[in-house]
Amino acid sequence: MAKYITRRVFYMFITFFLIATATFFLMKALPGSPISSASKLSPTQLAVVEAKYGLDQPIPVQYAKYMLNLAQGDLGNSFQFKNASVTDLIIDRLGPSMLLGTQGLVLGVAIGILLGMIAALRQNTIWDYGSTFVAIIGISIPSFVFATFLQYWLAVEWKIFPVGLWKDGWVSSVLPSIALAMGPLATASRFIRTEMIEVLSSDYITLAKSKGATGFEVAFKHAFRNALIPLVTVLGPLAAGLLTGSLVIEQIFAIPGIGEQFVKSIMSNDFSIIMGTTLFFSAFLIVVIFLVDVLYGIIDPRIRLSGGKD
Amino acid sequence: MKNSKLVWLLSLLLVVGLFLAACGGDDDKEATKDTDEKEGTTEEPEVVADEEQVLNLIQTAEIPTMDSALVTDAVGFDLLNNVNEGLYRLSQENIAVPALSDGEPTVSEDGLVYTFTLRDSNWSDGTPVTANDFEYSWKRAMNPDTASEYGPYMMSGVIKNATAISNGEMEYTELGIKAIDEKTLEVTLEKPIPYFLSLMSFGTFLPQKEEFVTAQGENYAKNSESLLYNGPFTLANWDGTGLSWQLLKNEQYWDKETVKLTEINYDVVKETATAVNLYTNGEKDRAGLSGEYAMQYAADPELLTELETSVFYFKYNQERGGEKTPLANVNIREAISKAFNKEDLASVVLANGSTAAYSFIPKDFVFDEDGNDFRDANGDMAVFNVEEAKAAWEKGLSELGVTELSLEILGGDTELSKKMDEYFKSQLETNLPGLTITLKEVPFNVRLDLDTNQDYDIQVAGWGPDYQDPFTFLSLWETDGGNNQMSYSNPEYDQLLQDINGSLAQDIPARWEAMAKAEKMIVDQDFAVGPIYQRGLMFLQKPYVKGVIAHPFGGDYSYKWAYIEGK
Repeated sequence: MAKYITRRVFYMFITFFLIATATFFLMKALPGSPISSASKLSPTQLAVVEAKYGLDQPIPVQYAKYMLNLAQGDLGNSFQFKNASVTDLIIDRLGPSMLLGTQGLVLGVAIGILLGMIAALRQNTIWDYGSTFVAIIGISIPSFVFATFLQYWLAVEWKIFPVGLWKDGWVSSVLPSIALAMGPLATASRFIRTEMIEVLSSDYITLAKSKGATGFEVAFKHAFRNALIPLVTVLGPLAAGLLTGSLVIEQIFAIPGIGEQFVKSIMSNDFSIIMGTTLFFSAFLIVVIFLVDVLYGIIDPRIRLSGGKD
Repeated sequence: MKNSKLVWLLSLLLVVGLFLAACGGDDDKEATKDTDEKEGTTEEPEVVADEEQVLNLIQTAEIPTMDSALVTDAVGFDLLNNVNEGLYRLSQENIAVPALSDGEPTVSEDGLVYTFTLRDSNWSDGTPVTANDFEYSWKRAMNPDTASEYGPYMMSGVIKNATAISNGEMEYTELGIKAIDEKTLEVTLEKPIPYFLSLMSFGTFLPQKEEFVTAQGENYAKNSESLLYNGPFTLANWDGTGLSWQLLKNEQYWDKETVKLTEINYDVVKETATAVNLYTNGEKDRAGLSGEYAMQYAADPELLTELETSVFYFKYNQERGGEKTPLANVNIREAISKAFNKEDLASVVLANGSTAAYSFIPKDFVFDEDGNDFRDANGDMAVFNVEEAKAAWEKGLSELGVTELSLEILGGDTELSKKMDEYFKSQLETNLPGLTITLKEVPFNVRLDLDTNQDYDIQVAGWGPDYQDPFTFLSLWETDGGNNQMSYSNPEYDQLLQDINGSLAQDIPARWEAMAKAEKMIVDQDFAVGPIYQRGLMFLQKPYVKGVIAHPFGGDYSYKWAYIEGK
């Protein structure tokens, strides 16, 4: 196990390095300049500004400098926010995104699992069709439509929750979290239903039943645990996506999250924020995938972590 | 998830913070009463004493920076205009009037040396604003270490030595500004500039207090605490990158008697739908409308329309990839300029308060001493006229020796741009037989790149003014000028430009006439560009919001005279 983890961590660093390199060069190939009024300046004036930000250097030199700073944990300063360090910006914007993502994920997965199990245990009944219907709604309605709908009814018409803004404490996070939950809810319920149906018809379930286990025991102790494996596989990336912020939801509810900033930085050629957020997202995803792999072993001992060669 | 604990803690903190903020709100109410009782010197209607003077606004983007040397964007200039004050300020009538300058400056005979006397005024920390604060901040904007974009852009060719400094031929300390004493400021110009005083209301020319800026060092302007204010309001609760901030009445402002609002609360909301919902819920007092919302609220009694000073036009590229394009033919350019219905475009396709443009200099932008709009100097040019367009088209085609032409229109990739491009295509192809239009719709950055490389046929471009003078538009088309990425060149036009800011600089009526002549030349004789529309703005505003002043350049709005009545 220790050997496996060491090797995985080594690969994680390689992956991270490759992502950083690829992003850097792709980003430099973007049209436009981070200097917002570049078209108004004369070439000599522009050169002064570019020199200040090190943009006058050849790209390989800029790359080497960036990687050296990165190794020291320095992500540099933003271009669009003069004076703001990228690290500070990410930390500031991360809180709201994490809160929404966590709530959305927990809520969605919990309800999704419940619906999936009901559907599997009551196959081809009204319960099953009902849960399928909810899942189809969750998959097919884009989250921004759902978010707009929630905002209109629950905030404007019934005034139960705030329309948006990050001002009323936890209450502000309710609607965006619900909107975010729809995706994972649908995914979880579909996966659980399919897997449970398959597991429920397998031999060891029949054995458990014949040994006198109750329906409840069979469902939770035997079937559910096995049905979880494929869900865990998709949950990793899903979680990484949700926790690092959703552009649309953050924009609709005017929440100071990181997802919104990510897209804006690309539009304005804010090189340091593009790099900072991409690297942060990748690191997050890499770690989550690693954790998921480790989790497999815990859920299902049949999955061996130490590779065949050792 | 272990994170959730942390997250709960965070939200708890948020709730506590909210309570604290709510408590803070009460103090402000008290303050309102105080100021309202004192108020009453102006001719404005009396404000009811117990009316809460709080305005709640939406901004559509974050504040990139509040360092007046570094600001380049609309949000920054808008705020600077409300939290700081320069030598001049745009009045309620949009005329530059003395602000920190105590009356008009004395101007030397040759129009080159302006001597300003400063009125007694304070920074928000209680220290006096001195002439050195101007000298320091202007020179700082020219210092290469500051890497200011607008400093060199606004000062070159205006303030003495600025051009040489920005070309690296001279030290920034040689800039033509000098504090004679605490209260006397002497500014030397490169050449007489007729619109110089209106420039003095622009953000880049604001003062900065040297001791404060140096003491803050790297942290200067990092958040609302690391800035000084000398305008009607002070900035508060801005963390440097956040989506909300406040303006509070500045008790140190020399003209604070005029300021009625005690508090302006800003939130950044980028979705029109959300902005409208916040407005309907009564949380916000104004909401900008775009796209379908403009149409939906077209009949709303709270709808207001405002004409901006940005003009959009066809930029006809005469040389692409080293070869002349069909647009090098003046008749082809004339035909296109006249072949589409601008009225329909503005009222049906755009339907956002924009109006058809028949000139290159926008309406409601520059006025002469008698209040005549420069826009009226030339009347309507490049008017939609199918017969004239067709005649010019036939003539142009025969001169080129072809019967068919295929041209590309380069436009933006927003919903509205695409709709507009479709309209151009259908109008031009219908009215100009033998013309095929291909559309190229790209993001803004890509369009700028294509523009720089002169890689397009017809571009839908726009321009907004940097100072209150037609020259800010006319100078674009100087031969080989930085923005003239379309190979337009007319020696006569270049001569006019030289005269406008040279020999005619102090002869106001003759200069006015020369500018009108230059405008006619590019729009109606050479058809160098084809005006399309002047951008309008539609927004909802609560009827109790009064006295907000919109400006044609620099900061978009002034809240110095704004107040709440009848809420």
